[in-house]
Amino acid sequence: MAGLAAAFGAGAMTNSIAEIDDTDCVLVIGSNTTGQHPLVASKIIRAKEKGAKLIVIDPRKIPLTEYADLFIQVKPGTNVALINGIIHILIEKGLIDEAFIRERTEGFEELKQKVKEYPAERVTEVTGISKEVLEKAALLYGQADKAMIFYAMGITQHTTGTDNVKSVANLAMVTGNIGRPSTGVNPLRGQNNVQGACDMGALPNVLTGYQPVSDPGARSLFREKWNLSLPDTPGLTLVEMMDSAREGSLKGMLVVGENPMMSDPDTQHVKESLEALDLLVVQDIFLTETAKLAHVVLPASSFAEKEGTFTNTDRRVQRVRKAIDPIGQSKPDWQIISELAREMGFTGFDFDSPEEIMKEISSVTSPYAGITYERLDKGEVLHWPCPDENHPGTPFLHEKEFPRGKGKFFALDYIPPDELPDSEYPYILSTGRIPFHFHGGSMTRKIDVLNQEVPTGYVNIHPEDAKKLGVAKKEWLKVSSRRGEISIQANISTEVKPGIVFIPMHFSECAVNTLTNRKFDAIAKIPGFKVCAVNIKKQDRKIQGSFQ
Amino acid sequence: MKFDMVLTTCPFCGTGCNFYLKVLGEKITDVLPCKTHPVSQGELCVLGRNAYKFIQNKNRLTKPLIKKGDDFIEVSWSEAYKQVADGLLEIKKNYGSDALGVLSSAKCTNEENYLIMKFTRGILGTNNLDHCARL
Repeated sequence: MAGLAAAFGAGAMTNSIAEIDDTDCVLVIGSNTTGQHPLVASKIIRAKEKGAKLIVIDPRKIPLTEYADLFIQVKPGTNVALINGIIHILIEKGLIDEAFIRERTEGFEELKQKVKEYPAERVTEVTGISKEVLEKAALLYGQADKAMIFYAMGITQHTTGTDNVKSVANLAMVTGNIGRPSTGVNPLRGQNNVQGACDMGALPNVLTGYQPVSDPGARSLFREKWNLSLPDTPGLTLVEMMDSAREGSLKGMLVVGENPMMSDPDTQHVKESLEALDLLVVQDIFLTETAKLAHVVLPASSFAEKEGTFTNTDRRVQRVRKAIDPIGQSKPDWQIISELAREMGFTGFDFDSPEEIMKEISSVTSPYAGITYERLDKGEVLHWPCPDENHPGTPFLHEKEFPRGKGKFFALDYIPPDELPDSEYPYILSTGRIPFHFHGGSMTRKIDVLNQEVPTGYVNIHPEDAKKLGVAKKEWLKVSSRRGEISIQANISTEVKPGIVFIPMHFSECAVNTLTNRKFDAIAKIPGFKVCAVNIKKQDRKIQGSFQ
Repeated sequence: MKFDMVLTTCPFCGTGCNFYLKVLGEKITDVLPCKTHPVSQGELCVLGRNAYKFIQNKNRLTKPLIKKGDDFIEVSWSEAYKQVADGLLEIKKNYGSDALGVLSSAKCTNEENYLIMKFTRGILGTNNLDHCARL
């Protein structure tokens, strides 16, 4: 989100999912949409059937490519070079929106000079994509009246993730594809309420509604509401907290509904960090890999046992409703935190219901000021910003101006990924999700039908590489990196290119984050899950079970 | 016997499909798609379809646990709260607020994230607060 915030002043999907119906062109980059956001993918496919053009940019031949007018199988980690190359062609061919650039943006001259350094020959060399394909991409996207870009962790989980996002923002602004219906730059968020957690200020540098903790005005608004004083220097990110725990400066952690032992890079490092803490408290619905390391575990209730709201990827606030009573003695997290605060002797946590909490949120968060349970329960569709109770919500952003005033172009250089293959670790490993399981697997691996579909992890490896290693489907491989090693079964697949392998993240028995690189993007601090160097060796191990 | 259909939002990806949880007695027995929702329009993916199946799993945590040696023992809520409250306050007193950190959750509701944020900044006194947005 840091990339979009820098370009526009706000980091969220600029347009809403329903607008896909009326777009002329969809560009999907770094999102395995049919797998991770299936209902968004079905909208894209329906738009395509109605005549919209579809461009897919991905290192893997993902299922959506079957519907694409153009598939660009880019080398992992080379997105900035690719998009600079496309913008170069758009400028050359006069496919840019000069009025939009003049009136709504700044920094275009610098971008124009920069992309001159990216003629097709150089881009082909870096990305492996031919001049013809680059030109076709520029024509398809540049000639569309309304074009939408969708992206996901495929471009953010890189050591250059922020630059990748700024690049797609450049592409949208140069063609005027923003601030209108059915256009925009649209990050698809991977968790039900990751947007809401960000909106609520569950981040080290901002309060609700992205009000900086360093802003005295914002802090005083909250101080008056809460009767509590607030710290003013931005705190540590998740990966930085792990580092501080390991070196001993962070002593205690409260982890609510997160499983860093599965979802964070470099599992061994995470384990050593959590074990070094004087106090680890975990609130969760299952005894996860992380909860097992805790000193105290508090049983939480699931989404079906409580009231509340989630904010989905297109900024729509939606109701969560209680279907059954909490299981056993478990309690909803809002209740646990309220009771813990009271135990610690503090007031201001005497809420009887989530609806009361929402009233407090609305009073300190202008984008949520008009959002009430009453409106949501009447069935109103409310995308924030929704600044007052008569406001209808905002399906698409930046119609007249950007929150930062003018949209900012960034002149970006291609920087190779932090860890490239070498003779010791000759393969590129990319990680991600598959359709039948979710994230760290703590929920979906307890569902029988999903386990029947895919009971365990595997590594996708190209037939040429499989032949080189003398390995057949389901035979065991040892995959190792500078961080660790795992045993995993081979799946021979042309989904990946030679030299590249893919491992899904859901399976603790072959946890891919044992291998991944903690090194993160300098601004967004997202680790480079999508590119790290590994070695692969055949293992002599009996084949048992299967995965497909 | 109680029979109910409860309209709610899917707990998996960020698309935000809505569906009905079918409740029979104290059991959730099915998920049914919602036709009027602008995104899901009566459809659901394989995860959404099965979203009710982990809720009443036998491995759900049902009681607070405290580690004694290598094992967990079940304790009362008040005992667990006391241990957590004392532990957090002691670290804050001895090492300062920034020796504490909190991970909030992209699985929790907005209201819960807000309270965790208020708790971390207002009570613990630190901005060491994050969740898995980056992961």
